[in-house]
Amino acid sequence: MLAFALIVSLVGGSGCAPAERADLVLHNGPEPETIDPQILTGQADGRIASALFEGLTRFNPTNGSAMPGLASRWAISADGRTYTFVLRPGVCWSTGEPITADEVVWSWRRAVTPATAADYASQFFCVRNGRALVNGELRDPSLLGAEAVDAQTIRVHLENPTPFFLELVASRVFFPIPRHAVARWGDQWIRADPLPCSGPYQLERWRVNDRFRLRRNPRYWDAAQVTAERIDILSGDNPSTALNLFLKGEVDLISDRKIIPGELGPELAQRPEFHRFDYLGQDFIRFNTTRKPFHDARVRRAVAMALDRSRITTRITRLGERPSAAVTPAGTGGYQPPSGVSWDPAAARALLAEAGYPGGRGFPTVEYTFNVGSRLYEQTGVEIQSMLREHLGLRVELRPLEWKTYLAEMSALNYDFIRGSWVGDYDDPMTFLDCFLSDSGNNRTGWKDARYDRLLQRAAAEGDPDRRRGILREAERLLVEEAVPVTGLYSHVGLYAADPRKVGGIWPNRMDEHPFFSMRRIRP
Amino acid sequence: MKSLWARVALIPVLVWAVATLSFFLLRAVPGGPFDRERAAASREVEAALKARYHWDEPLWRQYLRYLGNLLQGDLGPSLKYRNHSVNDLLVQTVPVSLSLGAMAFGVAMGLGIPLGTLAALGRHRWADQAAGLLTLVGVCIPVFVLGPFLILVLGLWLEWLPVALWGHWKNAVLPTLTLGLYFAARISRWMREGLQEVLKSPHVQAARAKGLSESRVILRHAVPVALLPVVSYTGPMLADLLTGSFVVENVFQIPGTGAFFINSFFSRDYTMMMGMVLFYSVLLQGLNLVSDLLLRWLDPRIRP
Repeated sequence: MLAFALIVSLVGGSGCAPAERADLVLHNGPEPETIDPQILTGQADGRIASALFEGLTRFNPTNGSAMPGLASRWAISADGRTYTFVLRPGVCWSTGEPITADEVVWSWRRAVTPATAADYASQFFCVRNGRALVNGELRDPSLLGAEAVDAQTIRVHLENPTPFFLELVASRVFFPIPRHAVARWGDQWIRADPLPCSGPYQLERWRVNDRFRLRRNPRYWDAAQVTAERIDILSGDNPSTALNLFLKGEVDLISDRKIIPGELGPELAQRPEFHRFDYLGQDFIRFNTTRKPFHDARVRRAVAMALDRSRITTRITRLGERPSAAVTPAGTGGYQPPSGVSWDPAAARALLAEAGYPGGRGFPTVEYTFNVGSRLYEQTGVEIQSMLREHLGLRVELRPLEWKTYLAEMSALNYDFIRGSWVGDYDDPMTFLDCFLSDSGNNRTGWKDARYDRLLQRAAAEGDPDRRRGILREAERLLVEEAVPVTGLYSHVGLYAADPRKVGGIWPNRMDEHPFFSMRRIRP
Repeated sequence: MKSLWARVALIPVLVWAVATLSFFLLRAVPGGPFDRERAAASREVEAALKARYHWDEPLWRQYLRYLGNLLQGDLGPSLKYRNHSVNDLLVQTVPVSLSLGAMAFGVAMGLGIPLGTLAALGRHRWADQAAGLLTLVGVCIPVFVLGPFLILVLGLWLEWLPVALWGHWKNAVLPTLTLGLYFAARISRWMREGLQEVLKSPHVQAARAKGLSESRVILRHAVPVALLPVVSYTGPMLADLLTGSFVVENVFQIPGTGAFFINSFFSRDYTMMMGMVLFYSVLLQGLNLVSDLLLRWLDPRIRP
């Protein structure tokens, strides 16, 4: 009896969530690193932030496009370079203070100030002087091309016509943040209690590695649409546990592919509660162009041609991924990427012979580096190893590295060829292609080509959408067919779990955006 | 008693040595906290981030800064969880891990000692068999198999207990059993062997000869002696319980320290890693002291 009393008091005493179930319970994957919209980079982090805050625009839950958010309307100038947003009358923080145009502009200026250390500040490069401010070439943040015309109107001047700007404005780094909270709490304003929120929910409690408990924000401009009074967002990184919770009905929605057990993915995807969709992500291989033998474009092309990508998607990933030798997933922003080098072992052998390695003779043993953590990456490595031996007679050794070592080695160009992937930040090919600009920190191949840089510059300045896509296609052709510092493997397929009989208001979309304002629990 | 004080006095030295070793060892590992999949927006942004954590200073100054903060009880900011300090994270998670450890300890002792005793007395065949079965199951099946097995049967099939999470007492049952059974098994075995040995010893026979009742002989004269090896094992056992709880916490998604012990290394969250190492080294040193004190109290031979 005594022992029992002790146990009860211990569990109670370790201060945990109340037993009462929230109206909706989501499993969000790993504990967020931060939920500060200007600082965060992770998807799990972003989901919490978008429950608490909103931008001038917000994502349409059905297709991920931009729709009115804190701004009720906007006007775009004829040249596509000036946007004028008008805030909704009466929009305010959950703590009652009004959200003003000044505050929006102030927030953006803060984001582009290097001292804020916002990794996503690069999203402001399209705004006038944004790049120069983030790069530290300009020091005065008031030079950013955004101004408060009056208390409700914000005018933004862009460097170039940017067809995806409205989607950018819906992304986290563009969320206005509460100036008064920052004044009082500084960098740690997100820990303010109560936290001023502008989104459909406000923060009730945050328990590390356990859950965020959110309560409906009655001051949200669209609060009438928000039906769940309380939401629990669980944090945890064990996929089997997440699945158990879902199967037991204790979790209504698993919002991240990474916490659905990978090896069960193809089987689970057959069930009606699991939803599959084309996702804005791509797996590829980077070649180290600064090192023998991959300094030779012919060798890179030969390797890219000898890879039968469908072997990876049908034997390993098995979720219906689309094999692709390009870098941009098909359909991104209505764009069709070039096909990339096609699978042609005979041509690959000829190319390799031309480069001085007939039948693979004289070719050094090369290492294929990948990060451990998913069996898929290892199996893909084995498949690549066997395809290159089979078709080109090359000897490939596998080099699995733990995550941070993998990142450090990739940035230091200390590899032969290496697994890579990218998830787009907005629905436009530019989010993939600008990784491979000569001066991009995400390039990580050592490849620099002024022609490529110029093509992307031209595309950015092009106002006509069709012509712009044409230039981007030309650039991508140079990237994945001619120079090949990178070659695509397959485009990602997203997966989330939600029982359609219990949860409504969410739809699969390629941005994997599932806004909280529309999400609701269906009562039996 | 003197050696005891010496050991208490040694704790600050231990803290310093552990802090120094882990500080420099961690820096020797390739990859750092600021190596990320997405490059920073610009060099200035990256520099600002590093400056915030004094990463731009020479290593010796960072080391002195760390020690200086440590003296004031400040373990620094987490390098991964940017809205939390290490102290903050420990304060939130340590009580959870300690409660889980304490409950599992309760199961280990509460199940292990009586079962071992009954088995040693050999009067109840069922007790002997139960102890044997428990030993076999507990020792042979690792927690990462036992946990999911219990979840499957008691959580998913029979639906008696929750499959994960923490908060309600029901949440604690499966993880406590998963973690406690292994140690209960070992303790019951030791108790059984120890007691069988003690029951043959002259002082027990003398007690019987004095005409004491059998229950008094066993409870007053035999069991305390048989407990000695069990008690001296509690120190290391608590250490095993606390480190073993990492797996259990992961399987049951319990918001304890376990997640940090593993992940803070993989994310190169140096300050968090060091906070964990320091906290556990002090805790284990303290637990060993407690188990020594208990032994002195139980065993007259080592009383000063």
